[in-house]
Amino acid sequence: MIKVENLYKQFTDVPVLKGVSTIFEKGKTNMIIGQSGSGKTVFLKCLLGLHTPEKGIISFDGRIHTELGITERRQLRQEMGMVFQGGALFDSLTIEENIMFPLKMFADKPNSEMLDRVNAVLDRVHLENVNKKFPAELSGGMQKRVAIARAIVMNPKYLFCDEPNSGLDPRTATVIDNLIQEITDEYQIITVINSHDMNSVMEIGEKIIFLKDGVNAWEGTNEEIFKTENEAVVDFVYSSNLFKKVREAYLSKTK
Amino acid sequence: MMLKQVFKKPQKWSVFREMLFREIEDLGLKSMGIIMFISFFVGGVVAIQTALNIDSPFIPKYLIGFATKRGIILEFAPTFMSIILAGKVGSYITSSMGTMRVTEQIDALEVMGINSLNYLVLPKILAALFFYPLLILLSMFVGIVGGYYAGLLTDLFFSEDFIYGIQLDFDPFFIKYALTKTVVFAFVIATIPAYHGFYVKGGSLEVGRASTKAVVWTSIVIILLNYFLTQMLLG
Repeated sequence: MIKVENLYKQFTDVPVLKGVSTIFEKGKTNMIIGQSGSGKTVFLKCLLGLHTPEKGIISFDGRIHTELGITERRQLRQEMGMVFQGGALFDSLTIEENIMFPLKMFADKPNSEMLDRVNAVLDRVHLENVNKKFPAELSGGMQKRVAIARAIVMNPKYLFCDEPNSGLDPRTATVIDNLIQEITDEYQIITVINSHDMNSVMEIGEKIIFLKDGVNAWEGTNEEIFKTENEAVVDFVYSSNLFKKVREAYLSKTK
Repeated sequence: MMLKQVFKKPQKWSVFREMLFREIEDLGLKSMGIIMFISFFVGGVVAIQTALNIDSPFIPKYLIGFATKRGIILEFAPTFMSIILAGKVGSYITSSMGTMRVTEQIDALEVMGINSLNYLVLPKILAALFFYPLLILLSMFVGIVGGYYAGLLTDLFFSEDFIYGIQLDFDPFFIKYALTKTVVFAFVIATIPAYHGFYVKGGSLEVGRASTKAVVWTSIVIILLNYFLTQMLLG
């Protein structure tokens, strides 16, 4: 379980997070949504330890992130997998080397075993014959899948994704969504996704946190988000006519 | 703060060794061509200019070789080659690390639990410290050879005089002095651009600006250190 209590983060006197508290549970896909500038990325980076909050506690199964030393923090990070918005694959390494990289750094295994693990995760994300290619030779969707493969190669306990669907066509975006949900269920990990994509939110958001002006203005499931009367959420999620109609249809069906 | 993280024990020696060889190739071996090219022609120009400026028949011609050797060993090879390397290698280090920063590759290393400064910068520093003295020795040799061929091609002085001049009053301390300077400059060439690349914020424009800034600062620091080291070691 990841427990966040009263998280506060500011940059040069401008507060970005103003006391965010929430809990992320094992085996669930958690989505963080909110307008641009609402603090989603800062929140995610605080969870990852890339930003140090001014106040508040982040606890990973009882380990309080801010109280850990550099070595313990690095050990905790080895239990995390992260899918960055742009993939963040290492340009100078092949796909195989990219995925094998965390194994080479932290797993004392023979090369053949590491290679088997690489092939297993590539298979898991449905990629074939890409081992010797470089990231620039792959499409955006394939790069995202490689990023997911790299994130899960160490069997992480916590998986974080920053806008995993940005720049992808709807079909590929759905493939990525399904993949993330399958992996969350299969490995029983805690997945936290930062997203703008309302399709994803509706599809796989088992817990949704709506950030507004640096606080979590609303929390609920992907079913509850249809029924909510919270004005800020309704304004944000149902800003498009299509989603308005979807919501109306859902509500009339459930009445 | 940065150097404290850089000089920590590598997390995995096999990965570190791999990175070190990669950096030796990128920062050292790939600079050999330009170093040899510049050294050969500048060595030739130094010899020609010295020859053209010796008008008096009372000044022996072997002084052309002597002056060329002194100029190349004491100043041209260690200092000016280091400035050339600051431009070539410095911009490469800043732009490659800056690109890694803006494309979140450095964040990816950190999230994996890797000391990114140690992983990225330490091999660069060691590659520079190990390989640049060899490059500078090569530059000295090729520069003097360039001077020799300038004499052959222009007939401004005799080869025998030039060879006698470069052997005259040879003091090994000058090589030691040049290599001491080179080691200090190598450290500067690896660290200042790495700092500018690692801490860049923004996009590609900022990476470009950081590269320019890194080259300018590296060159300034080399020139200033050259002044102080010369005073300290030869003064």
